[in-house]
Amino acid sequence: MSYSDSLILTLPELILSVSALLLLLGAAWGGDSKTSAISVVSVAALVAAAFAAICPVTQGVGFDGLYRSDAFSTFAKVLIYGAAAVSIIIAPRYFAREAALRGEYPVLILLSAVGMGMMVSAGDLLTLYVGLELQSLAAYVLASFMRRDQRSAEAGLKYFVLGALASGILLYGISLLYGFTGTTLFGGIAKAAGDGLSTGELFGLVFVLSGLAFKISAVPFHMWTPDVYEGAPTPVTAFFASAPKVAAMGLLVRVSVEALGPATASWQQIVIFAALASTILGGVAAIGQSNIKRLLAYSSINNVGFALFGLAAGNADGVSATMTYMAVYIVMTLGSFLCVLQMRDESGEPVEAIASLSGLSRTRPGLAAAFAIFMFSLAGIPPLFGFWPKFLVFDALVGVGLWPLAMIGIATSVIGAFYYLKIVKTMYFDEPAPAYAPMESKVEGGLIALSALAVSPFGYLAIPFLAATSMAAAKALF
Amino acid sequence: MNQLGFPILTLLIALPLLAGIVCLFTNANNARWIALGATLADFALGVILWMHYDIGGAQWQFVESVPMFGRFAWALGIDGIALMLIILSVFLMPICILASWDAIEKRVPEYMAAFLLMESLMIGVFAAQDLFLFYLFFEAGLIPMYLIIGIWGGANRIYASYKFFLYTLLGSVLMLIAMLWMAREAGTTDIPTLMAYDFPVQAQTWLFLAFFASFAVKMPMWPVHTWLPDAHVQAPTAGSVILAGVLLKMGGYGFIRFSLPMFPEASGTLVWLVFGLSMVAVVYTSLVALVQNDMKKLIAYSSVAHMAFVTIGLFAFNRQGIEGGLMVMLAHGLVSGALFLCVGVVYDRMHTREIDRYGGLSNNMPKYALLFMFFTMASVGLPGTANFVGEFLALVGAYGANSWVAAVATTGIILGAAYMLFLYRRIAFGSANTPEAAKMIDLSPRELACLVPIALATLWMGVYPESFLAPMRQDVGALLARIERARPEGDAQLAMGKTPTIPTPAAHAGAH
Repeated sequence: MSYSDSLILTLPELILSVSALLLLLGAAWGGDSKTSAISVVSVAALVAAAFAAICPVTQGVGFDGLYRSDAFSTFAKVLIYGAAAVSIIIAPRYFAREAALRGEYPVLILLSAVGMGMMVSAGDLLTLYVGLELQSLAAYVLASFMRRDQRSAEAGLKYFVLGALASGILLYGISLLYGFTGTTLFGGIAKAAGDGLSTGELFGLVFVLSGLAFKISAVPFHMWTPDVYEGAPTPVTAFFASAPKVAAMGLLVRVSVEALGPATASWQQIVIFAALASTILGGVAAIGQSNIKRLLAYSSINNVGFALFGLAAGNADGVSATMTYMAVYIVMTLGSFLCVLQMRDESGEPVEAIASLSGLSRTRPGLAAAFAIFMFSLAGIPPLFGFWPKFLVFDALVGVGLWPLAMIGIATSVIGAFYYLKIVKTMYFDEPAPAYAPMESKVEGGLIALSALAVSPFGYLAIPFLAATSMAAAKALF
Repeated sequence: MNQLGFPILTLLIALPLLAGIVCLFTNANNARWIALGATLADFALGVILWMHYDIGGAQWQFVESVPMFGRFAWALGIDGIALMLIILSVFLMPICILASWDAIEKRVPEYMAAFLLMESLMIGVFAAQDLFLFYLFFEAGLIPMYLIIGIWGGANRIYASYKFFLYTLLGSVLMLIAMLWMAREAGTTDIPTLMAYDFPVQAQTWLFLAFFASFAVKMPMWPVHTWLPDAHVQAPTAGSVILAGVLLKMGGYGFIRFSLPMFPEASGTLVWLVFGLSMVAVVYTSLVALVQNDMKKLIAYSSVAHMAFVTIGLFAFNRQGIEGGLMVMLAHGLVSGALFLCVGVVYDRMHTREIDRYGGLSNNMPKYALLFMFFTMASVGLPGTANFVGEFLALVGAYGANSWVAAVATTGIILGAAYMLFLYRRIAFGSANTPEAAKMIDLSPRELACLVPIALATLWMGVYPESFLAPMRQDVGALLARIERARPEGDAQLAMGKTPTIPTPAAHAGAH
């Protein structure tokens, strides 16, 4: 395959990289006054990249196996670009108060999106690492984007230190795998692992999975999540909770299946442990939280645990369930954060205390209803659509005979239900607190309505489509 | 499509749902009238359904199926048992709306919307013919009920709403895993097909226990009944009516639709578990009811005792038992609903449920005292009222299965008479304990309109139960044919040395 053919495959990344670089220049010369134009172009670039990803000409294996563009990466990329675009759209109003929105914000998100696209398209441990670092470096800056705000700066630093540690662990695992198998290509590692894992390979596997577990914030590598989510500006938190989660989960799935497929029995235990620990800790630790962003951080830990149950099944059914989970999860999560963005007091100052949601159903019935829909959906209560991905992951577990695990896993969802109910209780049962400032942005209102509609029972109509695309994505790996 | 030419079941489900959405966007008074109109229209549809139900015809009628969700279908259809429970639901709903007419003052549009949503989901549970569709309806009911208890409930409503939600959720998630396994094993999610599918005997035990976890909580059976008194006490009157009248019946319906026909062997071997828990429930909760000082709590505990009759009847593995269990379900739906309404009437006037604060109501509220007396007697199981038919049949059936169980269960009738009559004496007889109680005025026309229809239905069911038994007879027969092979040996060998289990209509008619 010639270079030009390979380059065509990376069209989505090319579009994003070129527009990011050009927009960076635009931001440098144009100053902050051009920020809104840059945001618009960035969103357009993300949409264009998503279309490029769907386009059949961009499907194939390029750069001698370093880069793979298949149904799996396409599925993940569409989700990633969509979530990234939403993160750009919701930013201006949040930053407006502090006049803190600069042209770098959309550009950093674009760069991060390039990295995420490479993560899910990686066919080689080094592509994986480069993609991951590109995503992470952009994310560290984003976390401390409100640089005059102490919490934001702290979040950025914490994220950076712990992220660097995780990258180190990952890199160590990669070097072990390379050392013991003699290759960094996923296909080559799979071949080498086919005749049994050596101790060195096993160590490599454990380290690689640990590094990746950090990125999806699965227990026991979740400690950074609540602090970073709380400290980062809310649009950035929304971004962290959505797009990078999909990318890291996609990456984890790809590495587990494509590179370590023959060693499924070995990583399965790790994934099962991480999944159970995440659902339990994500549920229990969230109960005592009084800050809505911290609570949603634990909620994301909890949900990642459920998504991992799909991977634990270790077959195409399971992977397709995990991908469906991520698709529905980002809608619920972005919706919840959009609601959090509306939490501002009379003077427009953002508030994050759960107590301030008190009696929201009487002061802002529409917002409360949407928030309640997201909470019930995250808890996985039918008939809301959040039930469906949980259904699928447990179905995959039952399908491979792991029904005792499914029993325990689903019982842990009851723990999680408690704190989601607490939010609903605060909004619906308690006496009204001072009302929030009215919603000014029609776009945000529209996005909330749209995502609420998507996770409402109407979402079930999308099941055939989701099933077909996620199954095609999963089949691309097996 | 069906004998009516239009999808009546979908309409039954959709009508309250749409009306509920409309309610959200209007003011309080309009919401009341819209809700009343929609529930009455649904009741009319229910009557049409009953009139066109072909007794002795196909087992599943009014069938609809649209495979619109990929993995499962919008499949609806009813048999006689589901028909009766749907009629019960649509009959109680307008009464609930009327009962909340003045009692609910705050956030009326949302209240009516929650109730209408609840009605849709209840009908959906009884009409669903797809395993996962059933689960969706079954679980979804938690959300509106959680809101009803939590927003419009009493002082301790938040604790009660959490307890209700989490208890029932934990029970039903285990059932979901069992359903996933079954759908894979049998390769279908169609309930009628699953009812005829023979699952491996070892697996049946686990599946039975998973379903049991859900239905036992919903029912509720001792010792997982503790959510019920809390939920009942805190819920608004109409919430209690719906909870006692219909939601508890979902547990019994689950046993008869899933546990018995799908896992006959497991039902047979685990019958000791059901009987054991039911026997404890009958005696224990009756004794607990005897010492209650809170009217709603007393009736809640009596519900647990009555539900134990249902489980004893259903697991007797003979026609009398199963038909008795079903009749107790219907009768209890009416009578306990009416009793909660009676409590609501005096609660609206005095805002207390403490029995000691009342007394002598027969002096100043003669109409109320009369109706309350009637429902007390119905709850005790006086012949001529609905409960008598059900309890008698259930006990006859229990004798066929195990005479010890029957003997213990019968004490429940005596204890039931004790606590109900004790309650009535303290409330209605003697002289008023407080000046407020003596000043209470008698029933308003609206309250009469709530209670009289239930009284008439109770009488109808007691005097001529055939109207209600007839649609169910064939389905009970089909169930008996299915579970006959797993019937545990009973200890009560009747006179002819042969238990009367051969289900012929003649034998059945003789049993009354």
